[in-house]
Parts: sequence; structure tokens; C-alpha cells
Amino acid sequence: MSKKIFVSGDEAVAEAVRLAKPHVISAYPITPQTVAVERISDFVEDGTLKAEYLHVESEHSAMSAAMGAAAVGARTFTATSSQGLLYMSEVLPYVSGARFPIVMMNANRTLATPWALLSDHRDSLSQLDSGWIQVYCEDAQETLDMILQAYRISEDPRVMAPMMVNLDGFVLTHTYEMVELPAQAEVDAFLPAYTTINRMDLDDPKTVCYAAMNDYMEFHMKQELDMRKVPSVIEEVDRLYGDKFGRYYDGMVEQYLCDDAEVVLVTLGSVTGTARVVVDAMRKEGHKVGLVKLRYMRPFPREEILDIASRVRAIGVLDKDISVGYEGIVFTNVNSTVADLETSPGRINFIGGLGGRNISKENTRGMFNELLELARGEKKEKIQFVNARCEYHG
Amino acid sequence: MDRPKVVKYTPPECVEDYPLGAFQAGHLVQKNAGWRVFRPVIDHDKCIGCLRCFLVCPDGVIDKSGEKLEIDYDFCKGCGVCAYECKVNAIRMVKEGEEADE
Repeated sequence: MSKKIFVSGDEAVAEAVRLAKPHVISAYPITPQTVAVERISDFVEDGTLKAEYLHVESEHSAMSAAMGAAAVGARTFTATSSQGLLYMSEVLPYVSGARFPIVMMNANRTLATPWALLSDHRDSLSQLDSGWIQVYCEDAQETLDMILQAYRISEDPRVMAPMMVNLDGFVLTHTYEMVELPAQAEVDAFLPAYTTINRMDLDDPKTVCYAAMNDYMEFHMKQELDMRKVPSVIEEVDRLYGDKFGRYYDGMVEQYLCDDAEVVLVTLGSVTGTARVVVDAMRKEGHKVGLVKLRYMRPFPREEILDIASRVRAIGVLDKDISVGYEGIVFTNVNSTVADLETSPGRINFIGGLGGRNISKENTRGMFNELLELARGEKKEKIQFVNARCEYHG
Repeated sequence: MDRPKVVKYTPPECVEDYPLGAFQAGHLVQKNAGWRVFRPVIDHDKCIGCLRCFLVCPDGVIDKSGEKLEIDYDFCKGCGVCAYECKVNAIRMVKEGEEADE
């Protein structure tokens, strides 16, 4: 039987990892991820999780050690955040290219400089090109569920790609909520033991990370072609998970009141919760607004975005990041998809939440108002900063 | 020589046929010694067969299966570790293109 527990996002991750039974955990602490790996360490200590827990000296080593373990066929887990993710960065394409299904939690936190601790998405979005699947969670329950789904998706022989489960630092990692914890037997049935031919084997010696000078390109074509099939596996696993545990997340993208919407706002992660409340309120007032919760950034939900964009008059993309010198990273991705339509809807990129700056209900209502005015034909600035403390001149 | 033989390589016809991750060990498709500048040459009169060179060679190109030690020049990179480590000075480094004077 499942049970209800009152936990933080970090603790929900730890509980999910215990249920997933990885053989090896390697992790280096970094705020706001630390509580997750501390709890996992408690579980290994008290024997409720039978795993090797490697205390490594850095994030670079954490990912390298996880890769070594994955190379002998172990199920592995690691976790990081912010600068730690960037310190791992060198190893990320090693892992994805070698097709090891490592699951990692990333507590989204901003990047220096200036120094800040709170959440935005600059860390993980800077790693979009690393060959990892990236999912973004709205709350602790979804995070727990996605850790379990991540193993099932990553280890699928059609996928064999590592997966990064992102949750907003502090907003999710350090706030508490009631979470439904599935029973171990149910999880075992959903997530069978990991077996693979992609491993070192004394009886059938193999080499990993070999040189493939003249075939390098084809290996990565294969990686890309395989990744294109991942959305269907994600949908399949989401249905399977929902049938078993009663929670469905709509796969790649959740569309909230988008069917008849004139304008929609695209969000990632926990800010979706705020936007949901605003959409409800504005709907009551008669505004045809909708919300697009972008769950996966890689693979990118091309089909879904095209479908939505073909129906609405304006799309806003809320980026908690910025690619300095251009625009928000999510906006760039949405835009390149929307460009395939013969007539594109209006688009505004809202840059907000940098360094954890609050994005309030009023701010969100402001974004929808901008989109509604754009849909009525008013001219709008394409890139707008949300909730800035002072005036700015572009 | 125990080294796996270099095999003729035919690229797969379709991307799907490329291996996923790990592939069989010892799959050699080309010789690999083109950048060697100096080659080690063993003086078998001096060699006492201590196998120190065999142990320290980073590329495993010293073959001890025959009566005398032999170097596989198809894979030796010419690093010179064997010559440096030889206690009886039985290995000399000779510039490629030049004869080893006896």
C-alpha cells in the first residue's frame, strides 16, 4: 500500500531513490541539493537501501564514478546543482555518448557571478546540448514520480540515454508538502531490475569510450535518431505509471485550458503552479488564457508546440534564464519550432526569476495582459524583463 | 604476438547497425604508429630477458612469446620508456629512417 508522507522536495528525491534501488550512488554536496544526498546516505547507513555510497571529492568525480559504475552494468544515481553541474559538464557528453542510463537530480540554482543561492534555470539549460534527457518538475510529488519514471525511460533499450530530473532549488527542495509514497512491491513491478548488453563483461570483453575517428559522426547520428524516438517512450511510460499509481503528467507537455485559448504562457518547473492559479482567475473573468507546462526540454516537444502554436494568437515564453547576447533559451527553442508554421502567432519572451527573483500572481497576470494586447494587434517589446527593481532602457 | 589482429573494416550500411555504447574489446581496424620518431631496438647479445621492458611498455607492444623479445612496430609509439628503464642498456632509440648501427 502507498502511504502519505510530509517531506521536502529533497527528501522526496531520496525516498524515490530508495524505491528505485540503485546499486551505486556517488554524490558531492551542494546547496540546495545536499539534503537529498544526506537522506540517501542515511538510508544506506540504516540498511534500508542496499547500495554502495561513494564519497567523492567533487562533482566531476561524482559523474565520473557514476559512469564507471554504469560501465559494469550498475544502476546509478547522482545529484547536483548550479556550479556543481557545470563542474560535471565535461563528463556529461561522455555519459550520453557511451549510452549509460544514469539518473541525476539537479536542484535548479542560478550561476555566479554575482553569487546567489536561489533558483533559476541557467544551470541546466546551459547543458541542453550534452545529450541528456531533461525533465522539469512542478512539485515534490512530480519529482518523486519522475525519478522513478526516469529509470524506466533511461534504461529502456530503445532509449539508453541519461536523464536529468530538475526541480527548483529551495522553492521545491526546501519546502514541505504531502507526497504519496508508492509501495515497494508496486515500484518493483513498474521498474524491473536493470540489465544491459552495454557493459564490461569478463566473459565477453568489451571496450567503452573507444576511439572512432572516422565513424564519430555516425555514432552521434545514431544518438540523435534514437533521441527522436524518446517522446513516444516518455508518453508510454507516463501512461503506464498513471495506470499503476494514478498520477498522469501528460508526457512531454501539459496543456492547461489550452483548447480554446487565444493566448498561452509557456512555463518550466515550479512557477507553473502560480501561473495555474492566475489562469483560473482570469478564465473566471472571461479571458481566454491557457498555460503550457513544458515538461521536457530534451528531447524537445516539437509536435506539441507546433500544435498549440497553430491554434493561438499569441505565445508568451517565461524564461528563468537568459542567453546573454540573445534571448531566453526556452524562447529560442520554442521560436525555432514555431517558425515552421506558415503564419506564426505573436510571441513575447518574458525574462524573470533570475537569481530567485519572485514571479508573483500579479506579475503573471501582467504577462497575460501583454499577450492579450499583442493578440489585439498592439505593438509589444519582444523581450521583457519581469519584476525588475528599476527602470531599464533597451 | 598475443595482440588481436588488425581486421579489415567495413563501415555499417545503416546508422542503426552501429554499436550502442560498449563494443567488443580488441577490435583493431588500423595500425597505429605513424607518429613514431625514434624506434627502440633490442640488442639481443646484451638482453638478459628480465622482462622489465615488457612490464613498463605503456602500449603492450613487447612480445615475449618467442625465444627472443620482439617489438611490434605496428603499434609502438616510440616513447622510449623501455630504453630508459632497461638496466643493462640493451635497448637503444634509433631515429626512424636511419639504420641501427651494429
